[in-house]
Amino acid sequence: MMKRLIIILALAAIALGFFPLAMRISGDSGLTALATHYVEAGADELGAANLVTSVVVSYRGLDTLGEVMVLFTATTGVTALLVAGKSKSHKKEKDSEPDGDGRREGSELLATGAAFLFPILILFGIYIFLNGHLTPGGGFQGGVVLASAFLLLLFSDCRLELNHALLKGAEAISGAAYVAVGLLGLWLAGGFLDPRFLPAGEFGQLFSAGAIPIIYILIGIKVGSELTGIVDAMRRCS
Amino acid sequence: MSQLMLVLFGLLMLVGAVAALYLKDTVSAILAAGSVSLVASLVYLLLGAPDVAMTEAAIGSALTTVVFLFSWARIQHRPQPSKSSQSEETDSNPDDQEDHQL
Repeated sequence: MMKRLIIILALAAIALGFFPLAMRISGDSGLTALATHYVEAGADELGAANLVTSVVVSYRGLDTLGEVMVLFTATTGVTALLVAGKSKSHKKEKDSEPDGDGRREGSELLATGAAFLFPILILFGIYIFLNGHLTPGGGFQGGVVLASAFLLLLFSDCRLELNHALLKGAEAISGAAYVAVGLLGLWLAGGFLDPRFLPAGEFGQLFSAGAIPIIYILIGIKVGSELTGIVDAMRRCS
Repeated sequence: MSQLMLVLFGLLMLVGAVAALYLKDTVSAILAAGSVSLVASLVYLLLGAPDVAMTEAAIGSALTTVVFLFSWARIQHRPQPSKSSQSEETDSNPDDQEDHQL
């Protein structure tokens, strides 16, 4: 009881401490100088209809590279921790329990739904990162949708084995190609990850905004394969 | 109207968060925590940030929830060491078992 009271008091103190910060936020404060430049010159400079994309992929492209690195490191850690022990316990489990007591098949409903939704989800994911420079969304979001499509498949069929070599290959190649595109920007255009070494094209068309679609396709494949790898490593039966 | 919805969604997020803390059933708690992210993505959408809303909905409410559920399933049904091969493995020493599993 005493402990709970202290916790509540601590929470109230934190809320009181942050209250001035919350009060000071006003919705319609003007843009900063940098933001004004992005808003006014962004469409002309990069030719991307979705301004968020031009900030994420180009202006702040280095931050995105950092995010991709973080995701890569996290995936490596999870896979190293979970898969390393799996091969040992895997064999033992197979020997001791041929059909397994905790092993459950996905229901008929789930299997049918997953088979129906899988191609649609894959298509939707590809759509999201292909249109990242035109509509909301981009490589990360599209990649997660791709991963959730594979997740449904893994849910519905317990014994499904993904091709790990293909997953790792897709991840490695797209990651390396992302950095290579960044270096191309450094050599052919203004700087690292500058997408303007390809023609800007017609504003608002699918093939426009320089190399931004290529970068987002690579990020989408990388994020999709990484998250699929994590989910595949996490699941219990296989 | 938009303000009202924001307040409503904020209250929903609070309810979800408190429910995640106090629900006895872990699976329900995981789902409640996921619902917080789902409502948060609606808030982002209302505030005019569809990109962030998509990320929050896909990662926060879908993928994170599934990762939690998978890990919970792993904890629940971790492979019991068979008595013939491993001699002195008792359930009273969970840390030791964890090490063996990893």
